[in-house]
Amino acid sequence: MGTGGKHHRLALISGVVLGVIGLAAAAAPWLAPYPFDAQDPGRLLQSPGVDHWLGTDRLGRDLLSRLIYGARVSMTLGVSSAVIATLLGIAYGLASGYLGGRTDNLLMRLLDVIYALPDLLLIILLTIVLGRGLTGMIAALSLVSWVTVARLVRGEVLRLKSADYLDAARALGAGHLRIVLVHLLPMMLGPLLVTLSFRIPAAILAESTLSFVGIGLAPPTPSWGGMANDGWAALRFYPHVIIVPSVAIAVTILTFNILGDYLNDRLNPRRASIAGRESSA
Amino acid sequence: MSGPMNRLAPAVVLMIDRLVWSLPVLWLVATMTFVLMHLAPGGPFDKDKTLPPEITANIEAKYHLDEPVARQYARYLGQLVRGDLGPSYKYADRDVGEIIAEAFPVSIQLGAAAFALTVLLGVGGGMLAAWRPGSWIDRGALLSATLGFSLPSFVVGVLLILVLAHQAHWFPPALWEGPRYIVLPALTLALGPAAYVARLTRASLIDVAAQEYVRVGRAKGLPPGVIWLSYLLKAGLPPVVTILGPMLAVLVTGSFVVEYLFSIPGMGRFFITAVTNRDYPLIMGVTLVYAVVIVAANLIVDLLYGWLDPRMRVGSERGR
Repeated sequence: MGTGGKHHRLALISGVVLGVIGLAAAAAPWLAPYPFDAQDPGRLLQSPGVDHWLGTDRLGRDLLSRLIYGARVSMTLGVSSAVIATLLGIAYGLASGYLGGRTDNLLMRLLDVIYALPDLLLIILLTIVLGRGLTGMIAALSLVSWVTVARLVRGEVLRLKSADYLDAARALGAGHLRIVLVHLLPMMLGPLLVTLSFRIPAAILAESTLSFVGIGLAPPTPSWGGMANDGWAALRFYPHVIIVPSVAIAVTILTFNILGDYLNDRLNPRRASIAGRESSA
Repeated sequence: MSGPMNRLAPAVVLMIDRLVWSLPVLWLVATMTFVLMHLAPGGPFDKDKTLPPEITANIEAKYHLDEPVARQYARYLGQLVRGDLGPSYKYADRDVGEIIAEAFPVSIQLGAAAFALTVLLGVGGGMLAAWRPGSWIDRGALLSATLGFSLPSFVVGVLLILVLAHQAHWFPPALWEGPRYIVLPALTLALGPAAYVARLTRASLIDVAAQEYVRVGRAKGLPPGVIWLSYLLKAGLPPVVTILGPMLAVLVTGSFVVEYLFSIPGMGRFFITAVTNRDYPLIMGVTLVYAVVIVAANLIVDLLYGWLDPRMRVGSERGR
């Protein structure tokens, strides 16, 4: 692409922004001016000011503090579910692609069933069972998004399986484990990294959407989507309560996606960047 | 393969294969939701105060919750085959089927309007961007696509409500009472998918434009209109069509946020209420209807694709 320099700069800015958000998340207890659940009944729904830089919500809780703790929740949830999903997907995709034949067929058709339902719907069904705490949410997110990774890995395995260097390795007596770990996995690190980087914002988006409609993370946990839900009722007269978390969500997801696009351009030059999604099996 | 199957167009074979395969998919979805809902802790009748045991027993008997699980499962499947989705736990005197029959058309209308917007904005935007790759139009389109892709739909909806409803008073901020009420929710629903379609269209068109035969056409001095219509769009749009089916499904099933935002009485809003109330039959019913919509949408796309792609139309030389 001719716009390499521009892309580079945009990706750099996104990286810095994400670094700041990540730092804020890590240092939340030291950075936040108030505890995330401290209510100040004398200062409900305050506009941004000296005491509360970003204002307060309808219970008088400091929005900046909740925002910082919310970053912690979003980052934890996004990164851990993406990592778990990637690991699950690698295992399943490797098994399916490497074993091939009937097993492959069966395993892929099972994936079709999961694909027959929208992600958010599945996540909702799973949270009904797993609970709406942080762990339950992470588990539900991972259990849904590994499917994409599995398909990707399987495709890569099928593509690489007949390569000459694998025949050579086999001829030299390499076992299955060695072939998979040494000869297959390292070859797909690029695409895997790209998928991983797109899974994180997808998880953050899913959680905040569910929390916004009131069926995501249960209330004591400070979640950006939950904050937006709090602000929704006061939209008309106190729009800052909803705008603050909305901007945080939008910026986080946007920067992750820009970074993912950049990685995709860099690591998968063959594949045009269409947001890292695979449209076919 | 021999016999009559050989003479059928591959598209028809594919269609039959998909139709046959969609039944076990639906059965698995039904079973999966049944299992999940039975694993879920607590039920709609768990209240803070404990009911007298006789009343609990009565309620359980009414909804057959006192039977063994296998029996419940068999009853559930039997009802499904007859198209009966069972009674709602929450809305005591209504069937899940009735509720869905009322809410589904609303979601379909919303989804269809959003789908039209998605195709218009997505394919149009993608074509504009691909007109001159690297130009400011292209970069602007790409940036707004990334933006549209990254903004959660509730953020888009809130923005639209704040600006176009509360400030400008162009459109009503909520409810579902006529054509003017459809604009903001449809737009909210469509922006994300449109961004995705735009990126796909652009990538596909640029891909085709780089092909040898297109360059030959250009070198021959064919007018740009001919290049676009009979070269670029003809070869570049089919991949976009494949994504439109899942997109339609996403629009019909993904509308619950938008229905929540704009207080629209569609399936999604009932679904959210059902989840909050642990109204399991309603949750299962809505899930199944969604699965049917998605399976059907994919079937339609396969059909369309078979019709668009000449390779799928010719006789049997490609077989299966």
